[in-house]
Amino acid sequence: MPQTTTGVPADSGDVVLMVGTTKGAFLFHSGSDRASWKTDGPHFPGEEVYAMALDRRGAGPVLWAAAGNPFWGCTLRRSDDFGATWSGKDERPVKFPEESGLSLSRIWQIRPGRDSEPDHILLGVEPACLFESRDGGDSFEAVPGFLGHEHRERWTPGAGGLCLHTILPDPGDPARTVVALSTGGVYRSDDGGETWRPRNQGVRAEFLPDKHPEFGQCVHKVVHHPSRPGRLFLQNHWGLYRSDDWGDSWQDIANGVPSDFGFAMAMHAHDPDTVFIVPLEADTFRCTPEAKLRVYRTRDAGDSWEPLTEGLPQEDAYETVLRDALDTDQATGCGVYFGTRSGRLYGSRDGGDHWTAIHEGLPPVVCVKAALVP
Amino acid sequence: MSVRVVLPSQLRELNDGRRVIDLAGAVGTVAGAFEALRVRVPAVYDRVFTERSELRPHVNVFVGREDIRWSGGLDTPVRDGVDIVILPSVSGG
Repeated sequence: MPQTTTGVPADSGDVVLMVGTTKGAFLFHSGSDRASWKTDGPHFPGEEVYAMALDRRGAGPVLWAAAGNPFWGCTLRRSDDFGATWSGKDERPVKFPEESGLSLSRIWQIRPGRDSEPDHILLGVEPACLFESRDGGDSFEAVPGFLGHEHRERWTPGAGGLCLHTILPDPGDPARTVVALSTGGVYRSDDGGETWRPRNQGVRAEFLPDKHPEFGQCVHKVVHHPSRPGRLFLQNHWGLYRSDDWGDSWQDIANGVPSDFGFAMAMHAHDPDTVFIVPLEADTFRCTPEAKLRVYRTRDAGDSWEPLTEGLPQEDAYETVLRDALDTDQATGCGVYFGTRSGRLYGSRDGGDHWTAIHEGLPPVVCVKAALVP
Repeated sequence: MSVRVVLPSQLRELNDGRRVIDLAGAVGTVAGAFEALRVRVPAVYDRVFTERSELRPHVNVFVGREDIRWSGGLDTPVRDGVDIVILPSVSGG
């Protein structure tokens, strides 16, 4: 039987890692030095957890997890005590309206809204749709402009399913939000979610006869920095891109990477020029190139990339890091963390210069989220 | 008329840890039994059916020992005293 979970007694200034796997969630907790980690889990043993988040906006941090499985479906769980207890066991707050003809398969993304809207929470789900809560997560509704989008019938699922996996609210403009789905591409709303326009000019769709369609790209992840939100970085299904105009146009930035295929991408917490990725060899061989586990970092917004290897295996490392399994914390020096499908969890407390194995032997990791406890 | 719904271990926590839900009154069919279940323990219903009221694809339902796939689906008649058994399929890793 799984061990008993107690939660993580995190204090202000501590760092919490939320690790979702195909067989449950694990919590890791460290002091601000991030020198050693305590493990707690599995939470929701046997259930897949593709999305987690720590909402740092309210009076007390709220931990969210999307737990479920192909048998019984997926739901949202909430903890106000860092995993000691979870509410939401009996509830199903995320449902498509019956007339939509859709039913929820999986929650892929939990995104606390802007600081100015502390009760606003956004979800990205499969089949691809955006849900939002205006009451702090008690209830959710599908965003009508996205649910009824005219392109919906032409979005098609990738290997992971037809998922909306990226949600980037503009911190300075409540009307603007960018989302990304696979496959479908990047969409942006400038009117509070009423309408959504595809923003994929310059992004390739290698798997289609038309390599540059208006939409239909298989975007794997998009990130931005809150201090410069209009500049977006994009990891595509083949392709690395940057946009300096909220997605109106994209430029190729695959300069010096062993492959521009990959899933994961994470923004440095303090530097809007620094981004992390984990390239994979190809869509036909989704493992780290040359069997070397390397995180790549740009510190000049994609003009160049450098491999980060110290502490990571450089032989016989056929690893895969999925789209939400790489993240950074807000602590001094910027911690960087990622998990692999082989169940290894690595961390760096110096922005990627040095790495250590935090844990090995986890179930396949699908989600890593890091947060400094406020 | 009385019908029992027998839950797999994964769903018992939604029924206060109990394995069986007793449904009293005429249910007629499996669909009728699940409508009664929806009122009694909605959390269990939500795990067995999607929001489109479709049986989830990896969930198997038996009336007695008979898989309802081969006996009329949700329209399968339900006799007094019978067990409706919910089981996950043997899929996944």
